[in-house]
Amino acid sequence: MNQDSVIKVKNLTKRFGSFTAVDNISFDVKKGEIFGFLGANGAGKTTAMRMLSGLSKPTEGNAIIAGYDIHKDTEKIKRNIGYMSQKFSLYEDLTVAENIQFFGGIYGLSREDIRIKTPLLIHKLGLDTEANMLVGSLPLGWKQKLAFSVAIFHQPEIVFLDEPTGGVDPITRRQFWDLIYEASDSGITVFVTTHYMDEAAYCNRITMMVDGIIKALDSPANLKEQFKAESIDEVFFELARGAKRKADLT
Amino acid sequence: MEIILKVENISKSYADGKILALQSISFQVKRGDIFGIIGPDGAGKTTLFRILTTLMLPDNGNATLNGQNLLTDFKKIRNQIGYMPGKFSNYQDLTVEENLQFFANVFNTSVVENYHLIAEIYDQLSPFKHRRAGQLSGGMKQKLALCCALIHKPAILFLDEPTTGVDAVSRKEFWEMLERLKHQGITIIVSTPYMDEALHCDDIALIQNGKIMSIHTPAGIISQFGEDLFAVKATNMSQLLKLLRNETWVKSCFSFGEAHHVTINSSQAAEELFSQFALQKSILDWKIEKIEPTIEDCFIKLMEK
Repeated sequence: MNQDSVIKVKNLTKRFGSFTAVDNISFDVKKGEIFGFLGANGAGKTTAMRMLSGLSKPTEGNAIIAGYDIHKDTEKIKRNIGYMSQKFSLYEDLTVAENIQFFGGIYGLSREDIRIKTPLLIHKLGLDTEANMLVGSLPLGWKQKLAFSVAIFHQPEIVFLDEPTGGVDPITRRQFWDLIYEASDSGITVFVTTHYMDEAAYCNRITMMVDGIIKALDSPANLKEQFKAESIDEVFFELARGAKRKADLT
Repeated sequence: MEIILKVENISKSYADGKILALQSISFQVKRGDIFGIIGPDGAGKTTLFRILTTLMLPDNGNATLNGQNLLTDFKKIRNQIGYMPGKFSNYQDLTVEENLQFFANVFNTSVVENYHLIAEIYDQLSPFKHRRAGQLSGGMKQKLALCCALIHKPAILFLDEPTTGVDAVSRKEFWEMLERLKHQGITIIVSTPYMDEALHCDDIALIQNGKIMSIHTPAGIISQFGEDLFAVKATNMSQLLKLLRNETWVKSCFSFGEAHHVTINSSQAAEELFSQFALQKSILDWKIEKIEPTIEDCFIKLMEK
């Protein structure tokens, strides 16, 4: 395996009773890479992501995340990754500054570090006048940008983003990707799921999961060539249409 | 064509007027059309749906639904509309079959009477008819909610973000289903944050911060873009974006995944300007072509105004 890989997944499987949610998947992700994790609803993306972030134990197989074993070192994994999803990101009834301090503490930063870095982050996000406002009163686009910044506040090796741009306006969606590029340039590996097919093109490499299996894994350009498709959209339709397992049945 | 829904100057604010959720919203929908309300989260879509389905009163304005007055005939309106909220609204501890039965009873009808409307959708649900609704997958819950919203044969069906968080293939199937309901004569008002879905609608309203920015057919919105749009590509796309944004002849430049979409403010040909620029900045493997704007291009342009 490649020494630069921060995610090394080998023959990972998760079964729930007789149902195999994730079926023997293997892949590596390099440091600083933007890795798109695509698939239809019910394909097994969330189950795979929960295993990689140390929240769920695999039935078979193994993965090394930021140097730690997902069977033994789940607590260490949690300290070395960031996580953000559209559904849960910030506490609405805490202020902007309190959210940053709270998550900084959760991710194990020292009090001193938090004291110094909090105003810097607030300033960088242009939220100086909003620092003491409740997060619940901010527009969604601001919340999402803040949530992402909080998830990488402790400079993790990897950040997992589960549909981070769902429902945000088209300009904010693009600004959000500017932040992702910036994080990737600073060496943070970005592992991201999305339902926007145009966003798949921003990734260095993408996987397409179908029925718990990885059906394709390559750069967007190579995938288009491989499937003789004009767009990633077409590649997705080609692969996902063949899915036997509908989200409905899971 | 007959107008089945006429909305006039509806406004709504929250938090003692501090949050203007809707500002003087007006539009009309023709009987048998699919009308799309397209905008991001927080634009006011759900507030508008709650008002039009008689669950909330507007601060100002009124509407006529299927000949009934929104403010005075709300009880009659409730029998003539179907509503599928964004959040799952069926009874989690009733089975699939019991939920459907319950909604039919509430509307003084039977499942048999209008079964033809839901037959195709219910077909996929029937293997699970004895399962409690709370135990269904997301896709199945959505189908059940749609069946329950249709069982009393409403004249107007309101669907609040039915495809949010749904993958691209399932979204396409859902829109095909709506197309077939339209052919059964049901008028559909549907909201979505996905701009590409606009093309399935007869008319669309683009909504942002509680205001409608434009109403037209999808083709009409696109024709209102009013200037040439170019797709540009190069090997290093993030570098290209930064460099283009610094050029004075570039009016707007947004990333659209595989290409950047660019408008220019110069009388010179875009191809010439771009090739000079590419030469100057040593940009490799570049390509420029004139393209038709998408609804998302139009939305961004309207937002910037």
